[in-house]
Amino acid sequence: MSFDLALLSTFAPRLLTGLGWTASITLVSVIAGAFWGLALALARRQWRGLDLAVAIYVAIFRGTPLLIQLFLLYYGGPSLGLTLDSTTTGLVGLTLYGGAYFSEIFRAGFTAVPAGQEEAARSLGLGRWLTFRLIQLPQLLAAVIPPITNQSIILLKESAVLSVITVPELTFETTRMVTETFSVLEPYLAIALLYWAAATVVSHAGRHAEAALTRHMSPPASGLISHDTPEAISNPAANKDEPHVRSRAEHHTCS
Amino acid sequence: MFDFVTALSYVDQLATGAVTTFTLSLAAIVVGCPLGFALYSAKRSGGLLARFAATYISFFRGTPLLVQLLILFYVPPALGLPVSSLVAAFLGLTLNTAAFQAEIYRAGYQSLPKGQAEAASALGLSRWQIHRLVLLPQVLRLTLPALTNEAVDILKNSALVSVIAVTDLLRVGQQVTAVTYRPLEVYIAVAALYLILTSLIGLAGRFAESRFKMQDAHR
Repeated sequence: MSFDLALLSTFAPRLLTGLGWTASITLVSVIAGAFWGLALALARRQWRGLDLAVAIYVAIFRGTPLLIQLFLLYYGGPSLGLTLDSTTTGLVGLTLYGGAYFSEIFRAGFTAVPAGQEEAARSLGLGRWLTFRLIQLPQLLAAVIPPITNQSIILLKESAVLSVITVPELTFETTRMVTETFSVLEPYLAIALLYWAAATVVSHAGRHAEAALTRHMSPPASGLISHDTPEAISNPAANKDEPHVRSRAEHHTCS
Repeated sequence: MFDFVTALSYVDQLATGAVTTFTLSLAAIVVGCPLGFALYSAKRSGGLLARFAATYISFFRGTPLLVQLLILFYVPPALGLPVSSLVAAFLGLTLNTAAFQAEIYRAGYQSLPKGQAEAASALGLSRWQIHRLVLLPQVLRLTLPALTNEAVDILKNSALVSVIAVTDLLRVGQQVTAVTYRPLEVYIAVAALYLILTSLIGLAGRFAESRFKMQDAHR
């Protein structure tokens, strides 16, 4: 079997259109999902009654595959009078799914700033807003940017699943290309490289954002989570993402 | 409006699908574990092997599992190497989790202070003993939450193998839907089964964590 580059140049416009869809879908669902997750995390903090409801929401959306969530919305929705087109279903599904993860990221982020700092700032005469703006927000952002980058890459990759409900994104376009040309090697190699490149771009963007937001803390970069106790390390809720295991464990063993 | 009776009359088929999903995920996690350790050691070794391991890990972590599954299912036959959908699914999940597990183990080893290995070496322990007696027990305990997460992720992601025609839980759900025309109820049942499976993994992980914690509670 020979490798046909001409085939790729013929289909390049369609693949690039698909990539554009993938990028837009990811961007929209990351932004919407982050706001939804922040809202969920704040609601959990503010109203005790909502705590359990949000916890159940998070457990369901994190405990089931995205594909089944999409199927429920897309095929099950009409039985409840909720008829959405495939792209809307994909966006809503990805946002609800991502929101569950983002809410946990923000929840962990809130705990990164010890309550004593807020009390100290208030007793020094700072108002609520200034305390939030100057004391809490910078540390919160520094704590949540790495996991948010992680989650954005996950959503970028998960958006490929939308092809199953016929959203015309990158994977869908490629599958169509395969069925039209009967050649598999070129299209699949092309999209693997495109996704890989896209994930690398997101990862670099995240690292830039992290560097920009943590300038005030380096060196030494260890001031942030120094209040970790052994409990925090073995608490599964506190380190859902792999980077946390590392950073938290480092601080633990160093202290 | 809701008619769960119809959906529940197919409970046997759904249970069979759930068993397939669970077995496939478990096999991938278990086989992926030594592969992950091997990748991690390769990445540390330096030289060409390290470059390969780093590229492998980056590729499998940087592309969608769905794309990896499609490649494994459609490309080998085109090159004259027929694979069944089940084999492609198992390979895809295993190769994928190996990359993620390699990074988890790397994080675990990195979190241990260098002084421990140096001290053990100064006390006369061999390289293997240092690894077996000093580092590994700590790495396993430290990475347990991340490994539990990875197992949950693989179980959830295994739903994608339905796209390459493996009759897993989701695929059975699709088949039952095609017969009953009750997508809402059937997919709710399927989702509930997935939730039960992932919750069981989470519980098992937490149980293991508490067991390991007790062992060094006297520290």
